[in-house]
Amino acid sequence: MLPICWLGRARMGGWLRRAPGSLRGLRALALGSPASIGRGDQLPHTDLTVTAEEHVDEERYYQLYPGHIPTSPLQKALLSAGSAFMALYNPYRHDMVAVLGETTGSSALRSLRDKMRHDPEGYQILQERPRIRLSTLDVTGLQGLPDGTFGREYVRFLDSNRVSPDTRMPVKFVDDEELAYVIQRYREVHDLMHTLLGMPTNMLGEVVVKWFEAVQTGLPMCILGAVFGPVRLNARKLQILTTELIPWAVQSGRNASCVLNFYYENRWEQTVESLREEIGILHPPAICV
Amino acid sequence: MAASIGAVACRALHSRRHGKLLSIGRGLFSGARCLVAEGETHFGFQNVSETEKGEKVYHVFESVAKKYDIMNDSMSLGIHRLWKDILVHQMNPYPGTQLLDVAGGTGDIAFRFINYVRSQWEHQIKQKLKSHQNLSWQEISKSYQEEELKLPGGSQVVVCDINKEMLKVGKQKAQHLGYSEGLSWVVGNAEELPFNDNKFDVYTIAFGIRNVTHIDQALQEAYRVLKPGGRFLCLEFSQVNNPLISRLYDLYSFQVIPVLGEIIAGDWKSYQYLVESIRRFPAQVIRCSA
Repeated sequence: MLPICWLGRARMGGWLRRAPGSLRGLRALALGSPASIGRGDQLPHTDLTVTAEEHVDEERYYQLYPGHIPTSPLQKALLSAGSAFMALYNPYRHDMVAVLGETTGSSALRSLRDKMRHDPEGYQILQERPRIRLSTLDVTGLQGLPDGTFGREYVRFLDSNRVSPDTRMPVKFVDDEELAYVIQRYREVHDLMHTLLGMPTNMLGEVVVKWFEAVQTGLPMCILGAVFGPVRLNARKLQILTTELIPWAVQSGRNASCVLNFYYENRWEQTVESLREEIGILHPPAICV
Repeated sequence: MAASIGAVACRALHSRRHGKLLSIGRGLFSGARCLVAEGETHFGFQNVSETEKGEKVYHVFESVAKKYDIMNDSMSLGIHRLWKDILVHQMNPYPGTQLLDVAGGTGDIAFRFINYVRSQWEHQIKQKLKSHQNLSWQEISKSYQEEELKLPGGSQVVVCDINKEMLKVGKQKAQHLGYSEGLSWVVGNAEELPFNDNKFDVYTIAFGIRNVTHIDQALQEAYRVLKPGGRFLCLEFSQVNNPLISRLYDLYSFQVIPVLGEIIAGDWKSYQYLVESIRRFPAQVIRCSA
């Protein structure tokens, strides 16, 4: 592996092996001084104290995408534990849920990426890297679509729940640039899942979507959210949840093909019913959530 | 850990005060300056221009202001309170002291100063009563006052900080804890203090001087606003000499503190800057140019 691993080990703890081969290209473009590029070709550095220059050069090398914060395995473990606790303690800390997803999701993200690679539409998404943002969405156009179409229902969902696609947290702690896109795509598709499952953004609706996503993606954050989310629900809601909603969400999750393999931006005109059928989501139970 | 208090008696010797101060300032600064170009300075481990540093530091403290106190408690496990207590004990202010607390932000030093001065006053009264001395009319009337109209002896503390958010949090804290008399809040830059010469008995700067762009200018200003015989107290993080503790300290600083920042305050980068800026600050022992 790259000799510079040795330099980084004192601080970064050997996680560098997961960085992609494109790192060599990044080194060439690095803003560091020529001395720092040369250093990588020298013998392993056994001095464990990293000076300031080396630290900042490493930071620049290993920032794989804008907003990326490289972290050691110890830091990831601490972040996972801390964010899990904080997310339960203060459910309004959505950023903690995001951090938990990033730090615990590496193997689930890899299998999601592989599923995307093996599907033609998923592969196209990985190539084109579409982003769902208010600036790219034609909201008035979508509002003009007939009722029952996916685009119209999505915009209705955004309005009635007073949410916006722009409030998704940017990815920080995923140490692979493509996986960072996969988790970003998962976050942006989450609202579309709400629309397709017909679930609002209250606690009950979120838990139902989490159950669906847990089955679909296998992300530990979804599983934890699905299991611990109901803790804050009252008895009546819990009963509806366990008797009707969870079985339906789990069945749909198992029956449906991978939800990340659909280019939703090309399907606004499709009706919600036909899209549900195509994906494999079962018809929602007739309950007011 | 490794906080060191430098209590330097400035102006003790009128004739040599100017030369002495400049050499200390240059010595302090040369350690930080040795590796950057002119007009450039450090922001943590990055090299930035001097104007950029000021802006970046401002943004760091603007974003951490609300969680500043809770983060201090978490990162130091409450030990920072002991350090600040020790600073005020070293200061040993008597009733009547005029204190300037620079980079005083959320008011920790100022509140301790007020508590100390008040308890000194009460202690004095008790001593006098014990030794059957007569109290003066002023002392008697003060002890009957239910509301403190002034601090004992006319003591005053001015909290000066460049960052409005930090001062805002400090003012809210003061209101909440009931500190109002003898306390004022001023927005100002340590490199260019908005005060007249020879105004204060004591100048303190606790965990602030490493964030100043031109430390030598801050020292010059401290010298200017202090009365002759006044004292300069600086509380700051420093180098750890013991190699084992140093390794543990580095591990804690770089692995745990940014994580705490992310979890508690939702801000990794500010706390990364914090631990890096500690490493950039010169060590305790400075070689003064002769």
